[in-house]
Amino acid sequence: MQKTNLKKYIFSKGVDQYFADVYKASLFIVRFFKEAVRPPFHIREIINHCFEIGLKSLPLITLTGFIIGIVFTKQSRPALEDFGATALLPSLIGIAIVKAMGALVTALICAGKVGSGIGAELGSMKVTEQIEAMEVSAINPFKYLVVTRVIATAISVPVLALYCSLVAMLGSYVNVNANEATSFITFIQNAFSTIQFLDIFTSVTKSILFGLTIGLVGCYKGYNATQGTRGVGKAANQAVVLAMFLVFIEEMIVVQVYNWIRLY
Amino acid sequence: MNPNNYYTKEQEKVISITGLYKSFHELAVLKGIDLELFKGENMAVLGKSGSGKSVLIKLIVGLLKPDKGEVIVLNKQVDKLNPQELDALRLRIGFSFQSSALYDSMSIRQNLEFPLKMNRKNLGKKEIDNAVEEVLDSVGLKDKLNQMPADLSGGQRKRIGIARTLILKPEIMLYDEPTSGLDPITSIEINELINEVQQQYNTSSIIITHDLTCAKETCNRIAMLFDGKFLKVGMFDEVFDSEDEQIQSFFKYNFIQ
Repeated sequence: MQKTNLKKYIFSKGVDQYFADVYKASLFIVRFFKEAVRPPFHIREIINHCFEIGLKSLPLITLTGFIIGIVFTKQSRPALEDFGATALLPSLIGIAIVKAMGALVTALICAGKVGSGIGAELGSMKVTEQIEAMEVSAINPFKYLVVTRVIATAISVPVLALYCSLVAMLGSYVNVNANEATSFITFIQNAFSTIQFLDIFTSVTKSILFGLTIGLVGCYKGYNATQGTRGVGKAANQAVVLAMFLVFIEEMIVVQVYNWIRLY
Repeated sequence: MNPNNYYTKEQEKVISITGLYKSFHELAVLKGIDLELFKGENMAVLGKSGSGKSVLIKLIVGLLKPDKGEVIVLNKQVDKLNPQELDALRLRIGFSFQSSALYDSMSIRQNLEFPLKMNRKNLGKKEIDNAVEEVLDSVGLKDKLNQMPADLSGGQRKRIGIARTLILKPEIMLYDEPTSGLDPITSIEINELINEVQQQYNTSSIIITHDLTCAKETCNRIAMLFDGKFLKVGMFDEVFDSEDEQIQSFFKYNFIQ
């Protein structure tokens, strides 16, 4: 095989590659939004993925949410006791869970469980030529495999986040009730007394963004997997790492934007 | 199969390739390919691993875009088609992958139904069932309908892969290494299947292989691809008797069974 030596790097191999990857990822995201609004919509496939992503994550989310609720309440109590302010515990937990923890913890769990699953599944399909097989059968694999999965994660993650918040509050209530004998109604009233509609709206919006990110990153890494089975592992691993990193960055940005909205 | 069937310029061309170049980054894979496939013809493309055989058929089906040159399939220039036109053309081409590329999360039935359900939305359940039964019968695997791809042997997977392409009734079949990784007896069965497909479905085929038996048993003509160019295109015996050193060396190291 003859090698031609025509190509020169603009900066260096690494820097050029980085910008090429960013460009490629941007095209992938733009393509997703374009394809998502064009028929056919493969509703049945989206429902199947919602079931896979959402329903099958419920046990893990339930356990994690409940434990977080208990632990967070236990850790916060001594600090509030010093000021004789344990009555504020439900409000504190409500703010912490609804505003930040519920969405963030759910997104991190989904990045690990769902993101890696999508990365590995699509990566495996890519290296075994199943994606090309769809293409040559005149089936749009991007629409069938990527769009359906990303929409499913964007739907499932906010629902799971709300559920996680609810279960975490329940966990917190169990602890509060055991220590202060607070009734459930009082606990809920106190917990939601400081939470506004904007808080819940922001939390849901943030979760949709997290869901889109997890789905897009998993699909992008899987869809572009190379190097055989080694590439599949790499795609799954990178999908988790990058999705988690982006979730934290987005959390920071959303909190900032949310604070600006509150100020104005 | 009639090995003495020579093809003339007057016959209908289903694939016409002129001056085709393709590189991957710095690696030049195809360097000026010219090829014609006539209606009803089976042609084998022979060559060493990495000589660009699979790249050639991926260019024909539009999975890759050429750097230079023309690929005309069923009177359409592949790289100039919009996505809808390309899909319409792909429905007339069957592509059998080296790895079979069966969807491993779907059963055999679902694998076969999938292209039909996605492309022929007007078909009812009964028509789909009949089509599935017909292609499974063609490849002799009627009893595997409800199994998963992982439960099948290599040869059976190849057969199902071929059945999945046949369900859309293609005019052209592209086989990528149909006998690679198979034992000699299964290879013979696949060769027979390729011939049966040509007769039953009246297809024209390009068979990418380095299996000389497959080329000899299934093809009217063979094309020798070396270093990105065709060294010789002709009938099997004609190419076999060539005095070109590279061709002689290729035949020497590939045992004809």
